Amino acid sequence: METMSHGASSQGRAAVTRTEMKLAEETFLTDDFLRQLINVGEVDILVGLPTHNNAKTIGSIVHTIQSGILRWFPRERAVIINADGGSRDGTPELVTGVSIDDARPASNLHALRTLHSISTKYASSPASGAALRTILAAAELLRARACVVMSPESANIEPEWLSKLLHPIYRDGFDLVTPTYRRRKFEGLLITNLLYPMVRALYGVRIREAYTPEFGFSGRLGSQFLGQNIWNDGAGGAGVELRFSLAAIAGGYRICQSFLGEKDHIERSAADFVPALRQTVGVLFSALEPDFPLWSTVAGSQPVPTTGADQEALLEPVRANRKRLREMFSTGVAELESVFQSILSPSTLAELQRIARLGEEEFHYSAELWVRTVYEFAASYQKSVINRDHIIQALAPLFRGRMFTFVMENRNASANDVENNIEGLCLEFERLKPYLLQMWKSRE
Amino acid sequence: MREMIVSELSQAWHELARGFAHFLPRLIVMLILALVGWAIAYVVKVVLRSILRLVKFDKLSENAGASQLLTKAALPSATEMLSRFAFWVAWLGFILLGVSVLGILGLQQQIATFFLFLPRLFVAMFIMFFGLLAASFFSRAALLAAVNANVPSPRVLSLAVRSIIIVFVLSIVFEELGLAEQTMLVAFGIAFGALMLGLAIAFGTGGRDLAQRFLEKRFVREKKEDNEDELSPL
Repeated sequence: METMSHGASSQGRAAVTRTEMKLAEETFLTDDFLRQLINVGEVDILVGLPTHNNAKTIGSIVHTIQSGILRWFPRERAVIINADGGSRDGTPELVTGVSIDDARPASNLHALRTLHSISTKYASSPASGAALRTILAAAELLRARACVVMSPESANIEPEWLSKLLHPIYRDGFDLVTPTYRRRKFEGLLITNLLYPMVRALYGVRIREAYTPEFGFSGRLGSQFLGQNIWNDGAGGAGVELRFSLAAIAGGYRICQSFLGEKDHIERSAADFVPALRQTVGVLFSALEPDFPLWSTVAGSQPVPTTGADQEALLEPVRANRKRLREMFSTGVAELESVFQSILSPSTLAELQRIARLGEEEFHYSAELWVRTVYEFAASYQKSVINRDHIIQALAPLFRGRMFTFVMENRNASANDVENNIEGLCLEFERLKPYLLQMWKSRE
Repeated sequence: MREMIVSELSQAWHELARGFAHFLPRLIVMLILALVGWAIAYVVKVVLRSILRLVKFDKLSENAGASQLLTKAALPSATEMLSRFAFWVAWLGFILLGVSVLGILGLQQQIATFFLFLPRLFVAMFIMFFGLLAASFFSRAALLAAVNANVPSPRVLSLAVRSIIIVFVLSIVFEELGLAEQTMLVAFGIAFGALMLGLAIAFGTGGRDLAQRFLEKRFVREKKEDNEDELSPL
């Protein structure tokens, strides 16, 4: 692990107590990184920046973060922690090399405190879990009051994002701030058709983006999550952001949402599909088991405080190859019959096989059937009827079928209509929750 | 003459009685061993069955594809099969121990051979079970990967993976058991070579167009299609 720093000062060095140092020494952090943190001392604001080969965008992102700190938190002690996953394009050097002086002329503001930038290489290959763990450990050692994790891929990041994600924590005492975005139509369908409705129905909290690369959190939530025994079980890797949100819900922490603006459109390939399912659905399913005492007693759902504009879909849709979606659904249902026999109930499988034979015009993967499918997958995952990763992979072709129906249903719909359809799906997830509970118990 | 006959008969009778008196305790020991062995084997069977049920061995067996094979052969569940097997091995062990107490010449070596064979039998069964488990796991993984990558004929690919692993496992099992080692080696070499050659010929000639389409789709058009048409799920 290599470490670099910029702008270190002796201010507040004594604040890191011996006890903390002893604890820290027993952790995974290297001595070099710990020395850098000791030099920083205590901070009020911590900005975490996990990176891996982001040289193209990282300079402007760090610059924007610095501008945001100068503008919104000039009196606070702040630090930028870059957790790098073995970049080979000089990303860490770029993070530590961006001078605060570059941000001053634009904002015409001056920080009253030193702004530190520390970069550490946590591994030779990227792992979101290890990156977040490094950031959380640094936050705990520096006793940061409010922290924010920013994505190195957010090309449209604004200095205001820092205010929107940090002020609810720093000023209003919230523990977790998740963002909401304005998205293009048909983008983020896994969020709108599965993650949001299912988290809402099971945990009773209406968080739109429980899985997000940008979020703010309090020091106490960070410390609590850091202390959880999840880091060595292999699950502390991909999708750890969702696990973090679920831990905040399960722990009864104060949560709010903040509108950040337009979500950047990221080009995806078919190969990204299954990893996306693993990072979201896989993590959610695995969390259901330990969280059963909580979600089994929750009925209905409650909104969370939201600042700024609420969710609003843009009318400009993303192009979708509908024919391919439907074909991959039909092929999947036919080819994976033996796998589905282990996961789904006979009636659900029969219904899926029936709609798989329908033509493009008649095809309709109803909300009810989709919810039953997801719940049966969740129950099968809990019982490990087959390898758990295989269960997640088997969901991919079925989700394509649901995507096809959603696209067809909403191709001429307005933003409000789309929102209403998502709301209808959420209510269906809530309505059928007893079905999941029944399956969960019957399979025990 | 008559006295001689009587004497010989008497001697023979005495020897028989002595022999029987000598043999009877051993026979009783053998019977006791068999009886105690039966009781111990029964306990082993019950305990093993409980443990296997506790660890859900049937589920594991189902995942391995062994349960399907047993069902097709009208045999009981894997847990029951293994418990019964343990019972018979344990009981047979005690019976053979008892037989060895009888001191019948020739049997001693056979019994020793049997006991030496047992570890190999267990290893072979172990390899077979986990081989089936691996075959089931990897064939399902191949099937899912092929379906999600939109590869043509995913089930053929899955079946090929399963067949190759099973053939490989069988060859190891036979080698472990020491049964027809040379024959199995040659058969495996021929079967594997023939399979590969057949696939190469089939893919190269019979499936030329398919191969062309597959390669084109894989390396030429896929990127364009994906970037244009794949919806971002997150």
